Amino acid sequence: MKREIKNSIFMSLLVFTLILSGCNFNSSNEEETTDTEGNVVANQSLNMTASADIPTLDSTKAHDGIAFTVLNNVNEGLYRQDENNLPIKALASEHVESEDKVVHTFTLRDSKWSNGDPVTAQDFEYAWKRVMKENSPYAFMFVTAGIKNAEAIMNEEKDADELGIKAIDEKTLEVTLESANPLFQTLLTFPTFLPQNQKFVEELGDQYALEFDGILYNGPFKLVEWTHDQGWKYEKNENYWDKDSVKLDNVNVYVVKDSSTGVNLYETNKVDRVELTSALVDQYKTDENFDTILEPEIIFLRFNHNHPVLGNKDIRKAVNMAIGKQDLTDIILKDGSTPLNGVVPSGFFKSPEGKDYRDLNGDFNTGTVEEAQELWAKGLKETGQTEVTVSINIADSDDHKKVAEYIQAQLEDNLPGFKMEIKAVPFAQRLEIEKAIEYDMSLSSWGPDYSDPMTYLDMWLKGGSANRMDYHNPDLDALVTEARNETDLSKRYVMLLDLEKILLEEDAAIAPLYQEGTAVLMRSKIKNLLVHPTGAAFTFKWTTIEE
Amino acid sequence: MKRYLVQRIGFMLVTLFVIVTITFFLMQLLPGTPFTNPEKLTNQQLLVLNAKYGLDQPLGIQYIRYLGNLVQGDLGYSFQNVGRSVSSIIGERIGPSAFLGLQALIFGSIIGLILGIVSALKHNTLFDYGSVTLAVLGMSIPSFVFAALLQYYVGVKLEWLPVALWEGYSSTILPSFALSVIVIATVARFIRSEMLEVIGQDYVITARAKGITEQQVIVKHVIRNALIPVVTMLGPLAVAIMTGTLVIEKIFAVPGLGEQFTLSIIVLDYSVIMGIAIFYSALFIIVIFLVDILYGFLDPRISYKGEAG
Repeated sequence: MKREIKNSIFMSLLVFTLILSGCNFNSSNEEETTDTEGNVVANQSLNMTASADIPTLDSTKAHDGIAFTVLNNVNEGLYRQDENNLPIKALASEHVESEDKVVHTFTLRDSKWSNGDPVTAQDFEYAWKRVMKENSPYAFMFVTAGIKNAEAIMNEEKDADELGIKAIDEKTLEVTLESANPLFQTLLTFPTFLPQNQKFVEELGDQYALEFDGILYNGPFKLVEWTHDQGWKYEKNENYWDKDSVKLDNVNVYVVKDSSTGVNLYETNKVDRVELTSALVDQYKTDENFDTILEPEIIFLRFNHNHPVLGNKDIRKAVNMAIGKQDLTDIILKDGSTPLNGVVPSGFFKSPEGKDYRDLNGDFNTGTVEEAQELWAKGLKETGQTEVTVSINIADSDDHKKVAEYIQAQLEDNLPGFKMEIKAVPFAQRLEIEKAIEYDMSLSSWGPDYSDPMTYLDMWLKGGSANRMDYHNPDLDALVTEARNETDLSKRYVMLLDLEKILLEEDAAIAPLYQEGTAVLMRSKIKNLLVHPTGAAFTFKWTTIEE
Repeated sequence: MKRYLVQRIGFMLVTLFVIVTITFFLMQLLPGTPFTNPEKLTNQQLLVLNAKYGLDQPLGIQYIRYLGNLVQGDLGYSFQNVGRSVSSIIGERIGPSAFLGLQALIFGSIIGLILGIVSALKHNTLFDYGSVTLAVLGMSIPSFVFAALLQYYVGVKLEWLPVALWEGYSSTILPSFALSVIVIATVARFIRSEMLEVIGQDYVITARAKGITEQQVIVKHVIRNALIPVVTMLGPLAVAIMTGTLVIEKIFAVPGLGEQFTLSIIVLDYSVIMGIAIFYSALFIIVIFLVDILYGFLDPRISYKGEAG
């Protein structure tokens, strides 16, 4: 018996050690051992969290903010976003447009990939055509950018090789559009438009971009570590063409999926910036490092425009007015969200004259409860009803449930004869129900694809895949087409303002509720950490740590 | 015995097959697509993507195709983590999960055994009441509550151990401990009641009557016999620990398999859901099998003849 016990203890210890040796703890061991070295660089080192692992480092296949953020910081395309989210020339030293603004010729700077190869115009041509060949999740960006033949290629009417991009020589790239597109530069900052080194990609084949040494770097930083689901580490790229602007020596990113864990890590100085959920906001809102930042994501109510009652404009306006949006964001959500009375959120989209879209267009469909009730009574009369029971289709997240319950209480209190039932389903199903237009009202969200108001406005085109409520106004459709081709940016901006007026003032097609916000804790020593509304979430290129 | 084993393994394969089938079809009932960014995909793109991944085929054909690949050991590729194979995803993440699970099982069994044995020996004393209360608390309070408390008090306030992340052995202690609470409670309660039962048995009275020392009575007769049924607990405990890791891994930011499983279901990553479900079920089936075999060795009253299966 004793020997057996001894044996089994020995065996379990053996198994245990074997597993221990096989469970590759994170680099931090190394970091700790190289602490003396670490002290030297500690001054310019930033520690961040990410909510998930990097899905892929392949810029042609990247599809989420985490991958976009990494690619934006380790690679360099023709343009990148500056602190106002406006495009500035990056790898392109010159950009010449033809008279009709259809043919764009870029001259590239001298720069190198991390294997020593020069970055050439062919690298762009190869990568862009690769996006189309692979039918990548963001191939539609090439259609939005209006690159010649992109739409035909996506519809499988043309071959990917016919895409309107051509390397004239090593340093000269020519891009042809379908027609002039005012958004072109803005879109070029998106990581889907990054270059790739054909030789390297083909050499690695299906192993390309799976690990940190599986891609080449030509940006401000390069990855020197990536342990799946644990984190990754950026280091300053000494071969970057503009390396003198880069002040940070390294950035450590840890995968932390739970926000209270993130806060605990912040408290113990392990990370420098964390995002807070509303449950944590009360506890930290007096902290000197607490801040709320606006997000470009909007939350709004869709109405089924075929519904006998909700199809009425006055009813929709009444519903919009009867909801106290300020209380919704300040009391119910309190996570930095702000009320929204338009479809384009504030703080991100400036006119060519430098004015914010929201300030220019003001608020739509605001009013007192009494005004809402008047419209409500009028609408009921027009539709010949005395009371209405509708259901609302929502995703079963905590936030959306809270919002739906609040809306239910507000509408049933403020609009006599209004009854609303809440139908909470998983997110994917909410989307399916919306696409099939099998709902009365739906609590929806929308995030921008690119940094321009149009991303919130052309979704309401008749039959558009994001319309999802059978809304149709020919004036809106015509104006979208007009704006898409208008190259005078000021004139175009007026059209964009008018589009929102058609959608909300004229039609009250949707009821905007709020613009999302994020509450963050960030150490004050961090300066110039750029936070972007679309594509990559952060740019570290100009970030510094000041003690 | 041989015949029993063959039969048993046959049944295990059938069970696995049933699980694969049910998971495959249930998963297809979930709404949505496994493709990223479903909100922005146009219908045209969806058609092309479905065709590319064979999702436009009738379900039956997809199922047979999947089984065919499975038999060859091919679990397919993840939709979300582009280009990464499911087996590499499981391979990378199983280490931390297995480590935490085993450590929790060992921690928990040792502490639980000590607690249970001592309280049985000190039956109806303050220590006994104390440990029973602790055990009941341990059973009823979910492990993630302990996890959050441990993280805050031991990690943030006292700064004795790392708050989270997977960085060296010290970072495994808190998650293992949080996971082991359920093991401690179960084992302690079980061994205590078994001991109390055994102490009253005739053979213990006989042993005492033979005049051997009390220590020998306890070690040789009471504890040994009380330990046998504890083995049956190992199966369910292994299950409890594996499900426990789903939450614990998230709280302590451990790059394990449990977190990956929940994530894959949320984003409907078909091949990853299937891969991890098969992996977990196979693991459970094997654990239960081993426990049964072990039980036969420990308790001579049980024998596995051919008919027994």
